[in-house]
Amino acid sequence: MIDLIYLTVALPLLGFLFNGTIGAKLKKDKLSGILGSSVIGISFLIVVGAFFETLALPANERLNIVSLFTWLNVAGLDLSFSYQVDQLSLVMSLIVTGVGFVIHVYSIGYMQGDKAVWRFFAYLNLFIFAMMNLVLADNFLVMFLGWEGVGLCSYLLIGFWYDKDFEKSTTAAAGLKAFVVNRIGDFGFLLGMFLIYSTFGTLIFTDVFSRALSFNIPEYIFGLIAIFLFIGATGKSAQIPLYVWLPDAMAGPTPVSALIHAATMVTAGVYMVARCNIIYASAPSIMMVVAVIGVFTAFFAATIGLVQNDIKKVLAYSTVSQLGYMFLALGAGAFSAGIFHVMTHAFFKALLFLGAGSVIHSMHEEQDIRKYGGLKKYMPVTYGTFLVAAVAISGIPPLSGFFSKDEILWFSYVNIGIVFWIIGLITALFTAFYMFRLYFMTFEGKENFDHHKKHPHESPKVMTIPLIVLAILSAVGGFIGIPEIFSGEHGNLFHSWLAPIFKSAQIKLMSYSSHSHTEELLLMIISVLAAASAIWFARYVYLKNPQIATNTSKRFKGVYNFLLNKYFVDEVYDASVVNPIVKSSESFLWKICDNVFIDGLINWLAKQVENISANIKKLQTGVAQSYALVMVVGILIALFWIILSV
Amino acid sequence: MMEQNLLLTYLLVVLVAGSLLLLIFNREKEKLIKYFGLGVSLIVFILSLILYFNFDQQQEGFQFIHKFKWIESLNISYHVGIDGMSLLLIMLTAFITPLTLLSSWNGITKKIKEFTFFMLALELGMIGVFVSLDMFLFYIFWEAMLIPMYFIIGIWGGKRRIYASIKFFIYTMAGSLLMLIAIIWLAVYSSDLLGGFTTNLLELYKTGPTIERSLQGFMFLAFALSFAIKVPLFPFHTWLPDAHVEAPTAGSVILAGVLLKMGTYGFLRFNLPLFPQASIDFAGIISVLAVIGIIYGALVAMVQTDMKKLVAYSSVSHLGFVILGIFALNQEAVQGAVIQMINHGLSTGALFLLVGMIYERTHTRMIADYGGIAKIVPFFSFALLFTSLSSIGLPGLNGFVGEFLILVGSFKSSVLGSWWFTVFAATGVIFAAVYLLWMYKRVVFGTVTNPKMEELTDLNFREKLVLIPIFILIIWIGIYPSTFLNVSDKSSETIIKNVLQPQKMELRIDE
Repeated sequence: MIDLIYLTVALPLLGFLFNGTIGAKLKKDKLSGILGSSVIGISFLIVVGAFFETLALPANERLNIVSLFTWLNVAGLDLSFSYQVDQLSLVMSLIVTGVGFVIHVYSIGYMQGDKAVWRFFAYLNLFIFAMMNLVLADNFLVMFLGWEGVGLCSYLLIGFWYDKDFEKSTTAAAGLKAFVVNRIGDFGFLLGMFLIYSTFGTLIFTDVFSRALSFNIPEYIFGLIAIFLFIGATGKSAQIPLYVWLPDAMAGPTPVSALIHAATMVTAGVYMVARCNIIYASAPSIMMVVAVIGVFTAFFAATIGLVQNDIKKVLAYSTVSQLGYMFLALGAGAFSAGIFHVMTHAFFKALLFLGAGSVIHSMHEEQDIRKYGGLKKYMPVTYGTFLVAAVAISGIPPLSGFFSKDEILWFSYVNIGIVFWIIGLITALFTAFYMFRLYFMTFEGKENFDHHKKHPHESPKVMTIPLIVLAILSAVGGFIGIPEIFSGEHGNLFHSWLAPIFKSAQIKLMSYSSHSHTEELLLMIISVLAAASAIWFARYVYLKNPQIATNTSKRFKGVYNFLLNKYFVDEVYDASVVNPIVKSSESFLWKICDNVFIDGLINWLAKQVENISANIKKLQTGVAQSYALVMVVGILIALFWIILSV
Repeated sequence: MMEQNLLLTYLLVVLVAGSLLLLIFNREKEKLIKYFGLGVSLIVFILSLILYFNFDQQQEGFQFIHKFKWIESLNISYHVGIDGMSLLLIMLTAFITPLTLLSSWNGITKKIKEFTFFMLALELGMIGVFVSLDMFLFYIFWEAMLIPMYFIIGIWGGKRRIYASIKFFIYTMAGSLLMLIAIIWLAVYSSDLLGGFTTNLLELYKTGPTIERSLQGFMFLAFALSFAIKVPLFPFHTWLPDAHVEAPTAGSVILAGVLLKMGTYGFLRFNLPLFPQASIDFAGIISVLAVIGIIYGALVAMVQTDMKKLVAYSSVSHLGFVILGIFALNQEAVQGAVIQMINHGLSTGALFLLVGMIYERTHTRMIADYGGIAKIVPFFSFALLFTSLSSIGLPGLNGFVGEFLILVGSFKSSVLGSWWFTVFAATGVIFAAVYLLWMYKRVVFGTVTNPKMEELTDLNFREKLVLIPIFILIIWIGIYPSTFLNVSDKSSETIIKNVLQPQKMELRIDE
């Protein structure tokens, strides 16, 4: 199955081509969906096969390269469409195709009745194609192909309903914003690649990383590479300062938000940094930058999430926040903890989005949680699975989120200091609070909608079964990463699987300072208690005494509005970056530089020539032949001059 | 005496004969004229493919050489031959010309005979430039090419066509006069060294590098100015938007697709090998202008209200990349520059075609007049997106290959010696996404506000026939560029080698 790994790239591409070319002519929309889903299903099975095949291999032989053909071969660059099957890429591939498949199936139900189902599945397949290139690439260039490819699909899918309005603007504008902000990140990625190539003479992962260990390279070079690549990561994975596109990306259909803007694409930056762990481990100061950006993003986005009223907006900021956790993990040198959180987050956040989609669907596209309430009796499966996801993200044991999040908190405490732990803990507390605020306002309490207009109902099986699958994964997915203090001699399975990937980096980074198990246990208890009390408090405020919430928001109106308007970051960016560039390009560069200066100079010169030539104007006949004649004569004169001078 | 190969001459003869034959056609028989013109250009395309298949990619130097004495007294020869770089450009020309003829099938309604004649004459001039190995011959083609272009803009152009064509003519004429002086100067200077007057480029390659540094600089600048105007390199670009906007679609496509490459070709064929020392001396300054052009062109493109003008300014930006690649002077960058010349021809050519196609239907190029047409003209919308993505440099499509090679090369360039060129140039990648996708958003997405748009018809079979070959190449170069990069591999290597380590060659005229 390892040899067939290229099919996991090729099949989604075929699905894209099929739906993209003849999908529109299919009689039944269902066919588009079934075909689109099955190519991903088959890809998933191939990845599973490759996983077990790799598992059967001895730990030091778990790296296989499958090459297709040369892409770029110039001078020292010799890059192919080659796919690297190893522990890390397999984990990512399992998530991408697995969660991807579930979401594809869900979309069959969700997109039913849309005018262009074929187009939706075409884009979704194209996305999986690009994403698989990203995670399976054996070199930076193919990774970049996937990297930009997923950005393109994100753009296309955010603007899928291209004639709809979205908030103060349009879906198309949201798509454009996503693409452009991602491009800013890609600019960093590109510079990172250039520096890698000029330093190591190659862009192939295995060569770059082995040379990074053996070459004698100054630390600032590593630092620059690391920071350039990290700029790329902040774009794709929505970190400060480039996170602004992700909340707007919610303009797309909800399954897209689940797949691209929660479970897979946005974790690409985390994957990339983890893949380049040796480079980061060689630049400890940049790792600190990563950790600071990560923890700050986590906290910052969580505060915004506290007050948002749009169900998808809450989830969007929650995603930004959770991605921040992942970068905190990476920055703390806990690479596999970061990847572990990528996985559990893919389960529960995809579930939350799909659940939200189910709610939005049954509430006739209403997204304001203040207009929900008491939905649990109308949609029991959506309610039950959503609750599982909310508990999981809040970090309550033994659900998956507990294991991954707690691990991140623990490593940040051990490796980079208590401050990170404290901010991480407060963020966790906020997370549990806003998540249950969302939950209570949606599913419990009194019904805040008009019964004549809204008829909430459970979604069809094609949507609820995916919810159940993800709920199971969200519940038990954490068990493969049980920390050593509980699992004892078996150790942490997830960590030992990934350990070879991060070995050299771990050696470079640190020897663990001794911390007692009691300490670990104590911190764990504190974080669980914090989460539990946040949930209790959310219940108290939003279910029992709703007036508290209104009173508080009134009393702290300034802070509330500040948060509600997301710190006005978009407005600040517009005023400080976007508008000045657009305005000065138009009024200065174009209308003054080009039209006045340069053209003015040319016209002035022409005028002088005209004045001179006014006297010999009679020669100007306007007949082409005579111009040609003049030219020939001119050449002859020139030749004559040459002859004379020779 | 080298073995003669007549293939290139056949290529030129077909065009000469074709365009002359056309003149005896009855002007009423418009259909016949169109088919004849298309037929001639297709024969040329087939000949260019024959060239490709007979070209030895491993061999250094020029191939398919044909040479005979022309003006005995001045030792001027008819001397043609090509290397990999010129082969690619010939193929591009031969590929684009039939497509533009096909695209003008209904768009050009007056003076069809003259139009077809000028198009063939233009192709003759362009191919002539790429095959000439004699400076005199080169100059003739270079100038001759201007005339049909001048008329294409002046006769079939838009409202301000006269202004635009004169501006185009004056700008380029000014440049070429300087070049003529430099050619003569160089030939005269070399005659002492070579023991005889010659305009044979291959001979001048030997003497050029021996010229003393400051004189080399002057000659370099004389050539460079002419080429810089053609490219156009900032700040010599203001003729371009006007010429493009006023030119008919076919004119814009040829202008962007091939004519601008004359400038970049000129740098590679003449400036670098003839004046290696000066090339290194000026590499920094020219690269600064190139980078300014990249950003400036992109920013000004961003705020255009006319689609055609937007695409025109985007050319300034894209060609800046090519120039940067050329003066980075390493294999990655120069190969990137060569492939980017082809890419720009395809992508920008296709953009002009698309703007032209929609203009034929609506008679407006103003972005604001459009909006929400995705639903009405789905194939057009797809085609515009695809072409924009190619132009933006999306990996997997052609533009990326060129931009990446140029940037990776300029980053490690020892001649430029600084990362800053690349860092600034790479911002062009961001702006490209802004100006093209912003335009796309305003034209294609959103809701229909202009009731006229409701009646738009999607692209017809002929129009698809024009675009699809381009799209195939866009993907081909995007995922398997070796087919094309291998062609120019040796020629790029030779050019770089000649600049960085000019060989001391025996100075005498080979017969």
